[in-house]
Amino acid sequence: MSVESTEVRAGSYADSVTLMQVSQRAASVEGVEAAMVAMATPLNLDLLTRQGFAPPTATPNDLVIAVRAVDDAALRAGLEAVAAAWRPAPAATATQTQAPRTTASALRGERQGRDIVLVSVPGPHAFTEAMDAVTAGTDVMIFSDNVSLEQEVTLKEAAERTGALVMGPDCGTAIMDGFGLGFANAVRAGPVGIVAASGTGAQQVTTLLDLAGVGVSAVLGVGGRDMSAQVGARATRIALKRLAADAATEHIVVVSKPPSPAVEAEIRALDLAKPVTFVLLGPGHADLTAGTEECLRRVGVKVPSWPIWGLARAGTVSGEIRGLFAGGTLCAEAALIAGPGRFVDFGDDAMTQGRAHPMIDPSLRLDALRAELADPSCGVILLDVVLGYAAHADPAPDLADVIEGARPPVLVSLIGTPADPQGLQEQAEMLAGAGAEVFASNAQAARRARELVGGAM
Amino acid sequence: MTRFVNTGVGLLAVALRAQGGHVTEVDWQPPMPGTEDALATVAGDPRRPEANTEALRRVNSVRAELVDVVPASEAVGLQRGDFLHAGPPIEWARASGPLRGALMGAAALERLVGDPEDAVALFESGGLTLEPCHHRGAVGPMAGVVSPSMWMFVLADPETGRQAYCTLNEGLGAVLRYGSYSLDVLTRLRWMGDILGPALQAAVRRHGPIDVTAILAQMVQMGDEAHNRNRAGTLMVLRDLVPDMLDADVPATAVAEVVRFIGGNDHFFLNLAMPACKLAMDAARGLDGATMVVALARNGTDFGIQTAGTGDEWFTGPAQIPDGLYLSGFGPEDANPDIGDSAITETAGLGGFAMAAAPAIVRFVGGTAPEALATTRRMYEITLGEHERFAVPVLDFRGTPLGIDVTAVVRTGILPQINTGMAGMVAGTGQVGAGLVTPPAEVFPKALAALATRVPARFYASGSTPRLL
Repeated sequence: MSVESTEVRAGSYADSVTLMQVSQRAASVEGVEAAMVAMATPLNLDLLTRQGFAPPTATPNDLVIAVRAVDDAALRAGLEAVAAAWRPAPAATATQTQAPRTTASALRGERQGRDIVLVSVPGPHAFTEAMDAVTAGTDVMIFSDNVSLEQEVTLKEAAERTGALVMGPDCGTAIMDGFGLGFANAVRAGPVGIVAASGTGAQQVTTLLDLAGVGVSAVLGVGGRDMSAQVGARATRIALKRLAADAATEHIVVVSKPPSPAVEAEIRALDLAKPVTFVLLGPGHADLTAGTEECLRRVGVKVPSWPIWGLARAGTVSGEIRGLFAGGTLCAEAALIAGPGRFVDFGDDAMTQGRAHPMIDPSLRLDALRAELADPSCGVILLDVVLGYAAHADPAPDLADVIEGARPPVLVSLIGTPADPQGLQEQAEMLAGAGAEVFASNAQAARRARELVGGAM
Repeated sequence: MTRFVNTGVGLLAVALRAQGGHVTEVDWQPPMPGTEDALATVAGDPRRPEANTEALRRVNSVRAELVDVVPASEAVGLQRGDFLHAGPPIEWARASGPLRGALMGAAALERLVGDPEDAVALFESGGLTLEPCHHRGAVGPMAGVVSPSMWMFVLADPETGRQAYCTLNEGLGAVLRYGSYSLDVLTRLRWMGDILGPALQAAVRRHGPIDVTAILAQMVQMGDEAHNRNRAGTLMVLRDLVPDMLDADVPATAVAEVVRFIGGNDHFFLNLAMPACKLAMDAARGLDGATMVVALARNGTDFGIQTAGTGDEWFTGPAQIPDGLYLSGFGPEDANPDIGDSAITETAGLGGFAMAAAPAIVRFVGGTAPEALATTRRMYEITLGEHERFAVPVLDFRGTPLGIDVTAVVRTGILPQINTGMAGMVAGTGQVGAGLVTPPAEVFPKALAALATRVPARFYASGSTPRLL
């Protein structure tokens, strides 16, 4: 008979990645059957219920600690593992400096060089922190999602006054001054400057460029809504002007969903004095791979054949395409190319309330993958694995465990470079070894899925 | 060199450090519950940055000079039956013991009653007027009771001519401001009216303006924080006044009494520090969009704050019991909730905010030297800037934290740290101890909500959809 404990700590906060790590530590204790330490968002309470815990009464500002174990001793050990992660910081000493508690406080004082702010607090609080940066005239990347459109416009209007670049909200990727911010790949330095309204779109383009031997000068994210009529490309214009003025940038690439027509006309009319390639993803537009290839031709580099790992199964399969994605743009691209099927973006706002992004915490998607593989109506699985900074340190083994010996073919878009911390080759070989077909190009993976279900190429 | 500031998920800082990046991490915590929309509204107010910069500039540019000493009837226009008190407005029925005791004593001082006990019926009948000191440009320590015959310091800013006022300090022990109204207390008050006030007036008028702000700047470097320690300041002002008191032909016996009285009262300068701070903070009043606190004040029942951007509106909550050390024979059960306008010193970057400059008193208020440093450092997290003249030697002459920002308090949950004396709960008891206290947290979300409603609709960016639910 299992024993369990569910505790609610009112007003106790930690970020979702930290809580995921605490949960994992507790779950790995011998005799612990289930452990979840999370902010009590409706999503997390639902997951708690699904794990068989009675849902406690709590608000999203409260922390829930739920552990189930085989016996009392294991339960105690599990709770001790949780407590160990909460040891209080040592008391103040005379020499200790006060850690800044707000973005404004961190930005105070003399600057040694350029400051760049990253904001990844829960959505309702992101505006206030980002405004600190904008007010100080400092560039800010807003990783947080669940930020309102009105707040985005207000931030970007203020940034026009102070000269700051607002990347986001919901901006996952940037590369500035040679550093990858958020989810970015270890790509070589080079002449292509990218303005991206899509994080995983930018990752696909930059990794393919890198595989073709072409580097980037910068990736400036602007957030998925920047080129909408409401936001009016306020950040895109600033980003384009920055790249136009940047000596290291010779060629500019804009990666986005199709902008509103008026906004697109306005952007195209800007006099940047440098060639611009638009990689727009949507019906009637080229895919990310084709857009990257166009850019390569324009900078005079031969388009290589994109790497593929694993053995292709012969023939076709019956059943539907199921897409399980961590990258929103990769999901949309796959759905556009592969045709009918069921595509889920696990990085969507609704799936990340109080939870870490699926590129960091793969558990929800792994659960869904198991369910799909057992579903007789599933014909083929399409999924993405995104490597690079801030992403899961070693995503292939967990996935390989699940797909090993599965009936439906599994097609993986593997977005990465040889220099990424996870290692492109190692990850690809492990996935291929488990039976997956692995593609560096998401578009190619999607076409292969369509081919497998008997669709026209 | 590029420096990254990471606010949120620690993993993103880890990823940057793995690439060799230099990262400052913000120790972010959610703001006080239910405040995110008001915070966003105020944060999005385009008037705010300039308004706060201007508020800080104005406060920093005030020079408070002692220009005269006159009775309250003349200084703030009090008439027979008028009384001022510390803190936000309050009526007799809700007044605490020390405030009642001080009012009873003052009524006797003004000869409205013969026996202070008889004043109770008079105050209950509502025939006398009670008004906050702050409403008349004045501040009062502890009960802060001012009646027409009490003498007051007049401080003025030479730049603008604005003035601020405070009574003369009575010393420690059984004193009116702590709620005592015994015969000794009344006798001392009469001496202050007959001898001390006129002697100080003669000296100040002969000396000419005395720069109180300059003395404050010096005393902060001499171990005073100007709230619970005013020893250096007291001696400095005495040094300035005595020669002129003698030259002004104040009788030698009177001079001796006055010098003995001031020299024996280490808190004498508090009543100059407070109006100097009041004068400075009033300079920031009435700035639309500014989120700076311009008054922290307690009447023994309620703790009230006012901000630069919300006019004369008070935001109040229950005053707290200070945490500290008690005089022998007293304990926590004897202490009245927090009382007095003296937290104007913290509002202006002194008192608890300058604790790092006053290591000598940290034990008096129940602390340690490292805690004193940590307190001042922590206050920078909730202030808009630093004082340009009040420099803390041990912090390498960094200016004291100045200009409490309502939004920063709500965001960080860090409450202003106030050094304070403690009055006995029962009228007539007097001082029972000293310690540390904070405002009730709820006053800051209240002030924030009022600031948010004053943001013009055209600047309002709704964050209400979608939300973290």
